Amino acid sequence: MKGNEAIAEAAIQAGCRFFFGYPITPQNQIPEYMSKRMPQVGGCFLQSESEVAAINMVYGAGGAGARVMTSSSSPGISLKQEGISYIVGAEVPCVIVNMVRGGPGLGSIQPAQSDYYQATRGGGHGDYRMPVLAPGSVQEAVTLTQDAFDLADRYRTPVMVLGDGLIGQMMEPVDMEQAADRKPADDLAEKTWAATGHKATEEAPRAIINSLYIDPVVLEQHCLKLQAKYDAIEAAECRWQEEMLEDAEIVIVAYGTTARIARSAMRKCREMGLKVGMIRPITLWPFPEAAIRATLKTAKKYLCVEMSTGQMIDDVKLAVNGERPVEFYGRTGGMVPTVNEIVEKLESMKTAPDAVEQLIGKTGAALDQVAGAAQKTFASLGQKIEQKVNDPAFVQKTEDLKQKTGELAGKAMDGLAKGATLLGEGLTKAFGALNNLVSGNNAATEEKNDKEGQD
Amino acid sequence: MEKQFLIAGFGGQGVLLIGQLIAKTAMREEYEVSWMPSYGPEMRGGEANCAVVVSDEEIGSPLVTEPPVLVAMNKPSLAKFMPKMAAGGVLLYNASLIEDVELRDDVTVIPVPCNQIAEELGNQRTANMVMLGAVLGATEFAKPESLKETLREWLGEKRASMLDINWQAIERGAALKA
Repeated sequence: MKGNEAIAEAAIQAGCRFFFGYPITPQNQIPEYMSKRMPQVGGCFLQSESEVAAINMVYGAGGAGARVMTSSSSPGISLKQEGISYIVGAEVPCVIVNMVRGGPGLGSIQPAQSDYYQATRGGGHGDYRMPVLAPGSVQEAVTLTQDAFDLADRYRTPVMVLGDGLIGQMMEPVDMEQAADRKPADDLAEKTWAATGHKATEEAPRAIINSLYIDPVVLEQHCLKLQAKYDAIEAAECRWQEEMLEDAEIVIVAYGTTARIARSAMRKCREMGLKVGMIRPITLWPFPEAAIRATLKTAKKYLCVEMSTGQMIDDVKLAVNGERPVEFYGRTGGMVPTVNEIVEKLESMKTAPDAVEQLIGKTGAALDQVAGAAQKTFASLGQKIEQKVNDPAFVQKTEDLKQKTGELAGKAMDGLAKGATLLGEGLTKAFGALNNLVSGNNAATEEKNDKEGQD
Repeated sequence: MEKQFLIAGFGGQGVLLIGQLIAKTAMREEYEVSWMPSYGPEMRGGEANCAVVVSDEEIGSPLVTEPPVLVAMNKPSLAKFMPKMAAGGVLLYNASLIEDVELRDDVTVIPVPCNQIAEELGNQRTANMVMLGAVLGATEFAKPESLKETLREWLGEKRASMLDINWQAIERGAALKA
């Protein structure tokens, strides 16, 4: 099933009976599907005159207690922001699907994630938050859409399902039977606050759906009440997926389609021996800050990958809180990052110790190689010598040489002996002459001394 | 095991259907599959393509940027995607519409005269089924019986009579060799 169709069917199975929308690529299969299915289940599909009208119809149906949904893509969601803010103020549950496309302005119709700020920071005016669910597959789009209705009812808040053109257009196998069997969460209270035109009773007093609080004292109390609700959502509803984190030195943070591509990059890097893991936030708000902090024990660096120029990276940096470097890789304007681009980025992030270790490893290997080569050379040399020694011709030559050497040695000895005799004779003569010379000198000196003594 | 396919051609040539039937057939054999069409301001006669990934584990990227298997139903598609092919891949092209092109010599090339065979069978609209058959023969992405079952299901009761001619086209395609 296509992601868009799967989301529409999941909503119907979750009890959504009202859909209001205005066409825009790449989410058109949602209203198309709803237009066919809603009449079959006794629901209402209405293509409104504009996005502003559609979101206000959602406000009305939600205020009456119905399960209601609208869907659009980036420029259309911008138009809906005023209504979303009113819905938040009036605490009306509803589900809003945004299949993000490239922006700003009308931008492109290709997939993007550049509405992260808008979705997680409120988008409309006023002091509010909104749960944002980001599916990473068509199957997950089904589960999250159904969960979104429960979350909306539990906390009386709009909930956004944030996909992108790719999740919307892609076909993957989905288990729709499971979606059909799914019942709404059993902790959901009856909507006694809904404006259904009922008579006021003690259990259900007269209902007013309103976001106007003229008195600032009252509005402050209202805002604090909303804040308490957001604290409760942060504590209970945060979701994420962890992959290969046990020993991860580089932790990727990516969501939605980008996480799919990053997963392929992570697997490639693991094959190359790089210790890469990933955290995939499923709720973008509340952001899985604690899960990211838990990775600080192994992580040396973080890489945030997005189809934007960098928006979620702010939340990653807030979570890491300056304790590790957080790098970024992104494509924008409807361009989708490729597996190889992310692999290259991850390779360039190898931490210094890693690089040194690898260098040492390489040097060691080179040395081993040299030693190996030397050993081989010596071995072959030894072999050659042995061969030579055992060669009969060589043996004969050696024998001849030995004999000749022996003869020569004999002659040399004779010669030496003769020489020694001659030397001896010569030396004797020389000594004799010297002796004579010395005695002669002595006699002369004595004579001279005698003469001087006489003077 | 992961198999990736990129199927491209003119809008109206049935390229998206080739991809869908590959994905649905592999799904029938319990593989993980994804099918991703190019989408945009496209129309009949414009360019269309889809990426199919079949895997025995959870699929990461559903996009195919360096196709190991490329199906080109027309010349512009061949010109656009052949340079991106992975070396050692399989290129199947519609030889009825693509002539006089320089083909890469580091990939296995299978010329498929789709329109010619479809005409011989007496139904031009089966040209894409000839190509689907050729993909099955070249890559064995699933058992032929599984594909037949998928086709039967896709045609439904209303068009059940079309099964034979489509299956003949697939068999003709599957018999082609590199």
